[in-house]
Amino acid sequence: MTIEIKTSTMKPVRNTYAHIQRRFGDKPATRYQEATYDVHSTHNFHYKPLWDQERELNDPARTAVVMADWYDLKDPRQFYYGPYVQNRAKMQETAENNFSFFEKRGLAAGLDEVLRAKIIETVIPMRHAEVAANLNNMYGTAHGTGTAVTQALIFEAMDRFGNAQYFSKIGLALDDNTGSSLVEAKQHWMSNPIWQGLRAYCEKTLTIKDWFEAFIAQDIVLDTLINDLYYRQFDVWLTANGGRDLLLLMEFMQQRAKESQRWSDSVLKSVVAESEHNANQIRAWISTWRIRAQEALAPLANALLCEQALAEAFSVLEQRLGKVGLGH
Amino acid sequence: MSPTKLNLKDKYKLLTRDLDWEFSYEDRQEAFPYEEFEGIKITDWDKWEDPFRLTMDAYWKYQAEKEKKLYAIYDAFSQNNGHTNVTDARYVNAIKLFLTGVSPGEHAAHLGFAFTGRQMGGIGARVAAQMQSIDELRHIQTQIHAMSHYNKFFDGFDEFNHMHDRVWYLSVPKSFFEDARTAGPFEFMVAIGFSFEYVLTNLLFVPFMSGAAYNGDMATVTFGFSAQSDEARHMTLGLEIIKFLLEQHEDNVPIVQKWLDKWLWRGYRLLTLVAMMMDYMLPQKFMSWQEAWELYFEDAGGALFKDLERYGIKMPDYTETIKQEKEHLSHQAWWTFYQYTHAAAFHTWTPSSDEMDWLSEKYPNTFDKYYRPRWELAAEMEAKGERFYTTGLPQLCQTCQIPMMFTEVDDPSQVAYRESVYNDERFHFCSDPCKSIFDNEPEKYVHAWLPVHQILQGNCGGGGLDKVIEYYHLDNGAANLEFEGSPDAERWKQWKGVA
Ligand SMILES: [Fe+2]
Ligand SMILES: [Fe+2]
Ligand SMILES: [Zn+2]
Repeated sequence: MTIEIKTSTMKPVRNTYAHIQRRFGDKPATRYQEATYDVHSTHNFHYKPLWDQERELNDPARTAVVMADWYDLKDPRQFYYGPYVQNRAKMQETAENNFSFFEKRGLAAGLDEVLRAKIIETVIPMRHAEVAANLNNMYGTAHGTGTAVTQALIFEAMDRFGNAQYFSKIGLALDDNTGSSLVEAKQHWMSNPIWQGLRAYCEKTLTIKDWFEAFIAQDIVLDTLINDLYYRQFDVWLTANGGRDLLLLMEFMQQRAKESQRWSDSVLKSVVAESEHNANQIRAWISTWRIRAQEALAPLANALLCEQALAEAFSVLEQRLGKVGLGH
Repeated sequence: MSPTKLNLKDKYKLLTRDLDWEFSYEDRQEAFPYEEFEGIKITDWDKWEDPFRLTMDAYWKYQAEKEKKLYAIYDAFSQNNGHTNVTDARYVNAIKLFLTGVSPGEHAAHLGFAFTGRQMGGIGARVAAQMQSIDELRHIQTQIHAMSHYNKFFDGFDEFNHMHDRVWYLSVPKSFFEDARTAGPFEFMVAIGFSFEYVLTNLLFVPFMSGAAYNGDMATVTFGFSAQSDEARHMTLGLEIIKFLLEQHEDNVPIVQKWLDKWLWRGYRLLTLVAMMMDYMLPQKFMSWQEAWELYFEDAGGALFKDLERYGIKMPDYTETIKQEKEHLSHQAWWTFYQYTHAAAFHTWTPSSDEMDWLSEKYPNTFDKYYRPRWELAAEMEAKGERFYTTGLPQLCQTCQIPMMFTEVDDPSQVAYRESVYNDERFHFCSDPCKSIFDNEPEKYVHAWLPVHQILQGNCGGGGLDKVIEYYHLDNGAANLEFEGSPDAERWKQWKGVA
């Protein structure tokens, strides 16, 4: 049996805001729609930015890519602020439980010395690379067009800062909260030859002027490769090499990467599908950045896994690009 | 020797500051190119004191809790037709002003902090700015959702973002935020982070939220409470940025002083809209504009500037002007909107006789002498069916973009006019501070998009007033004009069962 409480409904004058009606008709709108569409200012800007006198504020010309409607880049996850933080709050709760389980059971003590040293050398320095990811996505928020993509970019930016902290916490879990592993990892990041390629790549991305190129260099080229190396291949390797317990600590990053790729795929797909001009521009960017990524990641992938690891990751990138019509 | 465990402060440091590194492969200036052009000297970013220590996972956790509670109230509010519980339909005009005038500013702040959160060289400052950026995204989105239900039952909300880019009085807040966003990263931080968030928040955000609380507006007041802890974080960031800049180098002091002089005035002029909202638009008033100004600016702001004296910072020298204006501001503003309400997206009305008595009591030196006679005349004309509107276009101040309506400090019967000539062109201002802001950066302010100029140049739909109203997407006869007799007023009577 169900109980039914009667509520009095009043007939509204309109169902939603006028700009939402123009897009979707006068019917009840979703909260994602009202929070997202046409929120960016588009007309009658005052003053010229002192830091870029050539263009206006919110100028779509801050990228070479052109869209008739930037709101085509909607987020398949339909994240606006509320669902975003609530989703991440749930994920962080699991991560928090994983970390405390790891600590409570003294699982760090169960790792052999060689593996421990390998993690500090080849995994923990990722905490610095994640800061570049944070900044590159923040750059898109500041200079991109349309709340559909700029909000997703800030969610990605904050996520990546969260990743930097999770990588750091893995270090703390291994060094009994003394911070010694982080000091060591930073030395690797700064001077160990296996990291210098990636560090140079990260520094280079931070000098990119076109925000969509930064998205390509970071979220498409580099992240596809890193995600495959760290969250798939290394996952398998850890399982086979006595590091299964560490998977608990990587779970947040692994799941997040998978989810975020769904969003970045759809952004890429819409922009490529828009025009031949966009597709060619993106092809040009990818061909430059993939060469840089090849150079940057070869020694790291080798140290982390093996000689063939990077080639395998590149084939995943190939597939990903192929799916949106950017294959060879 | 056993290694020592980290204390919380050092741990936070490792989780933020230590993540950054010295560049070896690129010129760091290429990555952070806007740090120097404003003349600010940063000698050591390590001296930055984190204004709050929040890791990302803690941020998600706290904010998710708040969002969950907030949206539960929004749902209940619309299920129970919460819009019928406000004191009076006139109240709703205050939140129309909020959604069209203030909320888009939240989005502008979101983008501005994203810019500084990317561009400042110190990671501690960047992270704090980034968290404020995403908070400001929260604010615009939760405000759109809070007003979403009102929009279904009242006119004047539905074109809020189209209007923000076009309508004459909305260029006041729009140009304010765009002035800050087009400045360099440090000026933005002083303008919005400090002047706006730290010094003026109690005079802008709080009056709207208190107005909501006094007038039965559950949705808005709940949003206000929910944003309170965000604002507390923003205020500590604002204070840290000012202290940091002043402590970094003595050459920063005059630059920061110039910015404070500019931004406190810009902010104060923007508050004109709040002053009239408090004194005229709230059916249930909680405080007069003058009282709020004395409490939050003269007392609290005075103490703050005392504190900043040790850095060589002084209170801007126009505060005497403001002191004189506080007894006139709201009356002059509401009178202006009363006359031009055919081109505004909210209704105006003459204050009732009870309200006039309240105004006399709160403004004993000015209301009866200068303003009551006007309102009595307006009420008389209205009773005769000759409700008064002005059809001419007002002249706007080149800096603050408010119509020339402010009177001379020593003569309330005389409207103040100032002017400057730049590149053989004459520019007009409402006051000495607005003129000096222009004179300091004329090459910037000549690019202001002044609504009246644009109308006269035919850029707002061309032709006459009817074309302008169309260009604004102003639903003529519904969203604008006098409150009495408006569709809002008629619906309200129906809901309340009054004939
Ligand atoms: Fe805000
Ligand atoms: Fe704020
Ligand atoms: Zn002015």
